[in-house]
Order: sequence, then structure tokens, then C-alpha cells
Amino acid sequence: MTILVTDTGFTADTWDQGYTPFGEAANDVVSIDVPADTNPADIKITPTLKMVRIDFPSFADGRGFTIARMLRLAGYTGRLRAYGHVISDQYAMARRTGFDEVEIHQDLAARQPQEQWKFRSDWKDNDYQDRMRG
Amino acid sequence: MYTYNDFDKSFIATRNAQFRDQVERRIDGSLTEDEFKPLRLMNGLYLQLHAYMLRVAIPYGTLNGGQMRQLAFIADKWDKGYGHFTTRQNIQYNWPELRDVPDMLDALAKVGMHAIQTSGNTIRNVTADHFAGASADEIADPRPVAELIRQWSTDHPEFQFMPRKFKIAITGSPNDRAVTRAHDIGLRMVEKDGEAGFEVIVGGGLGRTPMIGKVITDFLPQEDLLPYLESVVSVWNQIGRRDNKYKARIKITVHEHGIEEIRRLVDERFAIVKGSFSGIDQVRLAEYKTHFAAPDFVVKSEAVFKDAYHSDPIFRSWADTNLSAHKADGYSIVSISIKKHGDTPGDATSDQMRLMADLAEAYGHNELRISHEQNVILPHVHKSDLPALHAALKEQGLATANIGLISDIIACPGMDYCALATARSIPIAQEIATRFDDLKLEHDIGNLKIKISGCINACGHHHVGHIGILGLDRAGVENYQVTLGGDHTETAKIGDRAGRGFEAHELVPAIERVVDTYLALRTDKDEEFIETYRRLGLAPFKAALYPEAQADAA
Repeated sequence: MTILVTDTGFTADTWDQGYTPFGEAANDVVSIDVPADTNPADIKITPTLKMVRIDFPSFADGRGFTIARMLRLAGYTGRLRAYGHVISDQYAMARRTGFDEVEIHQDLAARQPQEQWKFRSDWKDNDYQDRMRG
Repeated sequence: MYTYNDFDKSFIATRNAQFRDQVERRIDGSLTEDEFKPLRLMNGLYLQLHAYMLRVAIPYGTLNGGQMRQLAFIADKWDKGYGHFTTRQNIQYNWPELRDVPDMLDALAKVGMHAIQTSGNTIRNVTADHFAGASADEIADPRPVAELIRQWSTDHPEFQFMPRKFKIAITGSPNDRAVTRAHDIGLRMVEKDGEAGFEVIVGGGLGRTPMIGKVITDFLPQEDLLPYLESVVSVWNQIGRRDNKYKARIKITVHEHGIEEIRRLVDERFAIVKGSFSGIDQVRLAEYKTHFAAPDFVVKSEAVFKDAYHSDPIFRSWADTNLSAHKADGYSIVSISIKKHGDTPGDATSDQMRLMADLAEAYGHNELRISHEQNVILPHVHKSDLPALHAALKEQGLATANIGLISDIIACPGMDYCALATARSIPIAQEIATRFDDLKLEHDIGNLKIKISGCINACGHHHVGHIGILGLDRAGVENYQVTLGGDHTETAKIGDRAGRGFEAHELVPAIERVVDTYLALRTDKDEEFIETYRRLGLAPFKAALYPEAQADAA
């Protein structure tokens, strides 16, 4: 079991259609699992694609933030999820780079309960990027 | 100078509250040590050899008297009454307690300062020409742009967990005093057909694999700067190596992929990223330029200066060595040496900081700068105030007349503080400075940059020293390698390794032999060490360093 984190805290997972591994995705794929070493330009944004889940093998590996941002800039508007070792201190970064939600394992959820995630749900505030981009 | 607005203040207050919370969550176990480490690093907190070290940013090296006084207050209240100015325009406190650090950060916030991204795998404190806004040779003041970069890079959500650190430096003068060619990105302000822009240099760096940066674009229009920087960093964040931290810096990425391929990838990304900037950054830039408007320079008699210059040889020697040409008539740029012979390069006591703050307010339009050469600059002083300023500096041991000379040494903290060091740097710097002071030779020797690193990571910039010294560990004994002919300016060059290293007790005599060789071989007093070296190459200096090899060959 994994835990889903959104701005309101912990919830049960609401996605029940599974994921196709990135390398096996066909043109009508609905949801894909994207490894951290993926070139974002290689991700095909098709009309059927509803969910992209990007892996964070370690919280110290920030490639997923770039993949998310590039996907959004390429026009992807479906669900975007960070999955794996993302810590609560990174929640604002995930939201700001375009993720909708974070999926974590139970041991991490036990160590970092939802109050610690909600502490960062104010990610829209105090954002220099807002001021630089308009 | 830039003054914080309500947004900046709110940002810093929130950030400090987050860090205070992170410290508590480390203690209660919510954060593992591994997880806490990058969080403390991105807030400037290192764990060193003996204690924590807090590295505070002095963005683009600019601060005012009130800020300098607060740095002194922090040194007294939470440290041991001194601080250490670094080569990247930071100040380091070497002895803070972890529990005090959140309070130290709040004390910094009171004067519009912080320690954000002075460490960690983030975009670091942006550095700039320490003579910016004052120098006679400047095209434009780089600090408004540097402030724009500071805001863009601060807490940038995409760039907090990168392959490694990322350093940006900017100069507005053709005479490069910001070491732009040894940064991950170096920016040189240029003009083309009357339009302002930048030459962008990428992939420079020192460390164990020194590289001179390569020009990725020779003219970037001013309004494209942030999206272009973002594209470079984004490409590197994606493809930079994460398997080996010694191959993670962008200099290796550029080396492995080639500058043409990196340019192609960056251009491709820029085409996408550019659209996410509305242009509001240029409106802000125009506003920030007003923050950095030149002070109201006064016109008054220089008679007091001329009298002192002619009647007081100590003042004259200091004026000849420590003053630089100012753009305004009657003014000078004053470099205050934090390199008194025998003292630790870059260390200033709280009393010295307070004096410099007072003097900046009294004589310097309330501005100070920190140079990458670990000295403090008063950028705007009228010549008539120089005798009084000099007299005051003498009282606190701050009137050493050695800027640019052999005792004006860059040295990393070395084994006296640093967990990475393999040898001591500070005592070597002290011995060299003291020796040449005893010989009373340094003014005759003239401009000569010695730079000392206590390990291969090269924080002391030894690769680009005219004489570079690298301290290593050879089977438990400190051993010092000498490089010659390095250059940190617009004509940047990595120095040549001379040969086998020297033990600590052999080193100062070896440096003396190099200097004696220069004095014997220079065409005249106007030919500086680096010019003689360029003319003659390594051979005569190598012969002087290793006389035994000559004897063997004979």
C-alpha cells in the first residue's frame, strides 16, 4: 500500500488503472511509469494519456523535477504524479514544477506524518518564480 | 544597493521558520541524517572537522555598514568573535552550535541577509566584480543583473537537488575580476550594435579537473538571460552525471558531450522555456537598476590627500598599493587588506568589522564589498578622506599595504578547519607572507598572486595563481605541489605543474628561489612576474625549484 499526498494531506490512492512501463507504451496508452533517466522530449503526449507517474529513486535525485516541468511546458495537462522517495520538504518543489500529487510508501508516511506535508501546502506563497515569470 | 521589499522579507522569514522546523524534525527522527544533510546545506550549514560551519551569502559581494555591523554582532554572540571571508564572497562562521543556527539566520534576516544556497547541490551565491559600480573601466554595473539572478535562483524548485553545485559569476568590465572563466557559468556584459547583452561562458571550474570555460554564445540579448540560464541548468540537471560526484559538474558534461552538442541541447530547450517568461523580469531589472544608482559624489579639494601623500611615506606606500582608479573625479576605490603579515588570510575580528562598518558610513557612502581575493573594499571614498581613513585602519591592524603583492595570498581554510583538507594552508600563507615581509622585498617584486589550496578540490584557486600551491598528503606527510603561470583574469590559464612536491619546511625556500629567478630575469621593474613567465616559460623557474636535478645532469 502506498499513500497519496495532495494539498489536503494524506488520501487513499484514487487511480486504479495501473501503469504501462515507459518503454512499452503504445499510442493509445492511458498511464505511464517514467524512470528518472528519461529524456522528457521522448515522452509522447497523446490524447489518451491521462496519468504520468515519475519515479524518484532517491530524494537527492532531482531529475524528476526537470521532467515534470518540461512535460508541462510541452503542453501535458493530465495528472502528474511524483512517486517514491520524495520527502515532505520537497512537496512545494514538486507542486511548483507541475506535479499534482506525490505517492509515498507507508514507512515514509509514518516517519513524516501528514502535518509535515500540509506545512508545505502553502507552495503558492513566497515563490520567487512567480515574480520572475509573471 | 538593493533593499528587501515585503516579498523578500516574507520569503526569508518563512524559509527560516522552515529551517527551524527541519532542525527539530532531525532531532525527533522525522528526518534521517541523510535527508537532513542537503536541507542544512541549502541553508548554508556545513559539518566541518571540529564543528558546524555557517556560510553566509554576501550576494555579489555588496553590503552596507549596518549589515557588516550585524555580521560582527553574530560573530560575538554565537561564534568566537571573528569571521572568515571566502573566495566566493561569503563569510563563514566556524564555531556555531546547531541549536543556535536558526537564531543566527533570524539575525541575518533583520538586515536583509541570508545563508541560502551557499552550499549543497544548488545554484550558489552569485558573485560579481568587487569593483562594480565604481571602477573606471566598467561598461555597466553587473549588480542589478546579479540581483535578478539571485532572485531567480533562490529556492528555484527545479534546481534544489542537482548533480552537484553550480556557480555563476558576472562581470561588467572587460578586465575580469570575477574569475568568470572558472565558473560553471560566467557572464561578461557586452554590447553589440548598441544593444546590451552577455557573452556566456560555460563549463569552467577548478577542483581536481581544472577547465577554462568555453563560450556557448558570444551574444545573448539581455532579456533572454533568465530563460537561457534556466535552459543551461535544466539540460545539465537532466544529463549531468550522478554516478560519480567527481564527474558531476557541468565542466565534465561539456567535456564529455562537447560544447557543440551542449549548445544544441540548450538552444532546443531555450525555444521551449522562453515562452514561460512574460518579460516581467525586465521590468524588475529596470527597478533594481535604480537601487544601484551611483551615490551623490561630491566635489571638494584634494589638498589633504596630496599633503599626506608627500609628507607621510607609510600613507604613500599604502595609497600606491591599495587604491584603484574610480570612475568619479576625486574618488578612489580602497582595498582594505585582510592579509596582515602573519595573520590568517580572510579572517576579520568583530572589532575590525565594526570599524569597517563605521568607516563605510563615515567616508564610503555606506557601501562595502567583499572581494574573491578575501579582502574588503570601500568602493567610493573621496581622496580628501583617505588620510583619516588610513589612520583609523592602522588602529585595528587593517592598514597593510600589500594588495596584489606576494603576501596578498588566497588560502583556503585547509586542515585547520576543513574536513576535506589533506594539508594545512593557513600556516603556509602566514610563513610566506612573514618571510617576504622580513626580506622587505614585496614592493620591489610587485604584482604576484599566490594562491594556496589544502586539497585537490582547489578552493584556494591554486590552478589560476601566478604561483599556485596545492597541499597533499604523502604517506602521512604534508607535501606541496607548485604550479606556475596560472591566470584568473580575462586571459585565464591553468598553471603548469612544476614537478615533484615539497615538504612544508622546503616550501618557502623553494618559493624564494622562484621569486629570485624572476627578479634576476625580468627585463625591468615594469615587467611583472606573470609577464616574465609568459616570455620565458617554465624552464628557468623549474631549474631554480629543483637545483639537484641540474646538479645530476651536470
